[in-house]
Amino acid sequence: MPTPSNPDTLVYRQSGWTRLTHWIWAIALFFLLLTGLQIFNAHPALYIGKQSGFAFDNSILQIGTIQGENGPRGVTDIFGKRFDTTGVLGLSESGGQLRGRAFPAWATIPSHQDLGTGRVIHFFFAWVLVGTLLVWLIASAVNGHLRRDLAPGIDDIKKLPSDIAAHARLKFHHTRDYNTLQKLAYGGVLFILLPLMILTGLAMSPAVDAWLPLVDLFGGRQTARTIHFIVMLLLVGFFVVHMLMILAAGPFNELRSILTGWYRTDPPHRGEPEGSA
Amino acid sequence: MQKFQLNRRKFLTSAALGASGLALSGCDAFDSISNPDSSVRKFLEGANDLTYRVQRLLIGRDALAQEFSESDIRQPQRPNGVTAPDDATYKGLLSNDFADWRLEVTGLVEKPLSLSREQLMNMPARTQITRHDCVEGWSCIAKWTGTPLSLVLDQAVVKPQARYVMFHCLDTIDRDLSGDVKYYGTIDLIDARHPQTILAYGLNGKPLPVENGAPLRVRVERQLGYKMPKYVHRIELIDSFAAIGRGKGGYWEDNGYDWYAGI
Repeated sequence: MPTPSNPDTLVYRQSGWTRLTHWIWAIALFFLLLTGLQIFNAHPALYIGKQSGFAFDNSILQIGTIQGENGPRGVTDIFGKRFDTTGVLGLSESGGQLRGRAFPAWATIPSHQDLGTGRVIHFFFAWVLVGTLLVWLIASAVNGHLRRDLAPGIDDIKKLPSDIAAHARLKFHHTRDYNTLQKLAYGGVLFILLPLMILTGLAMSPAVDAWLPLVDLFGGRQTARTIHFIVMLLLVGFFVVHMLMILAAGPFNELRSILTGWYRTDPPHRGEPEGSA
Repeated sequence: MQKFQLNRRKFLTSAALGASGLALSGCDAFDSISNPDSSVRKFLEGANDLTYRVQRLLIGRDALAQEFSESDIRQPQRPNGVTAPDDATYKGLLSNDFADWRLEVTGLVEKPLSLSREQLMNMPARTQITRHDCVEGWSCIAKWTGTPLSLVLDQAVVKPQARYVMFHCLDTIDRDLSGDVKYYGTIDLIDARHPQTILAYGLNGKPLPVENGAPLRVRVERQLGYKMPKYVHRIELIDSFAAIGRGKGGYWEDNGYDWYAGI
């Protein structure tokens, strides 16, 4: 490993595998999200159970357009409670005119309603996501990334309260190792959210259901579809926090580490070891 | 399927607008992938071939789609697509309760068939309570009764060079420059011979209603709804669909949907 000019504070933090897979995921998740919203728009409702209730009501979310007193309105029904979401959900502008559509044109790929194309792109990047996750899992098991950087230890659990307090005050320690919340957040995405996304996606396949009854595990196909949607929201939430944390912790240093691998750590404090674990 | 057709109309309108170089909105950077001739699209479509091959590899030929119990039938089967064919031929057949309707079995077979509804119903039947999954995202559970397609194929004796079963339908789904386009679709012989692939004439214990495809529709339980044509009147064994429509193997396939709809 080449030694940088300032060996005291610049450490090699992210392996090539981590950096490569990180960026492939970023691209794949971008397309999966926007084509996923396109697919959702074809039937903008979520249900709990094996089927969609048309003669009974098992929906928990519905986005639609209604005729209001002063023209059409976009409405979103969540657990039976109606919200006026004109402009964003249910009714939004595209191409200079108002259109009745669940998610707006700027949030879908393609921007116009095109379920067939949305599916083509979605399934392509679904394969990319699965493949990259497998590559990353193998590489990270071999190079020690999982054990060394991601698996939370006793130490991490002990440090959780102080770590939460530090994050709340936006005070960041720049060390080679991930802090407890980072371990939990990255581990949660990689080992819970992404696998859950893939499994609920597969559970929606009528062919996969004939092979592996994943769909029963999730409480029926429509519940699986609802979980798929909720996990999407959690991933978007992760992305927002991820961006905020990068801005708060120093975007230059953070970006350098995920692009080149090199990360500038805080100068070691007197009597305090650099990093932990 | 109003929504579905509306989507398609919007798709065509948007494609036309896109072609004339009009930016539709903010996130239109990838709209060119809608174009069926887009090379990026052709590349991305390769993923569907991968899905098809992997699913065929992993999932047993005869592995059954989930079946449900009577108590899961909680509503009428939601109709989709064309629900009341306006075609003169169809309306004529409907007017005397399909007494003059025949199912023709043609193409790459040793013995072409012409079966009446009665002849079909006298063959061994299969009844199954299954979940219909629409490509739009919704699902509906219903009980289907019909003749296993494999029995009809056996009777017609399929020639070895046949690779696909094509369904010809009576309903007009679209109009193009050459006139009315009747619904059409294809499946491979693995799905055609699957035990749950039936030519359904009964729904929830009653004769199949017009809106659900009377007198006969296909059930292909391991794929999505658009692979199960309604108002079927002819089954043709073919070795390629390259020369049919725009060459993608079905009406929706020719309009941008994947040929294999197992997911």
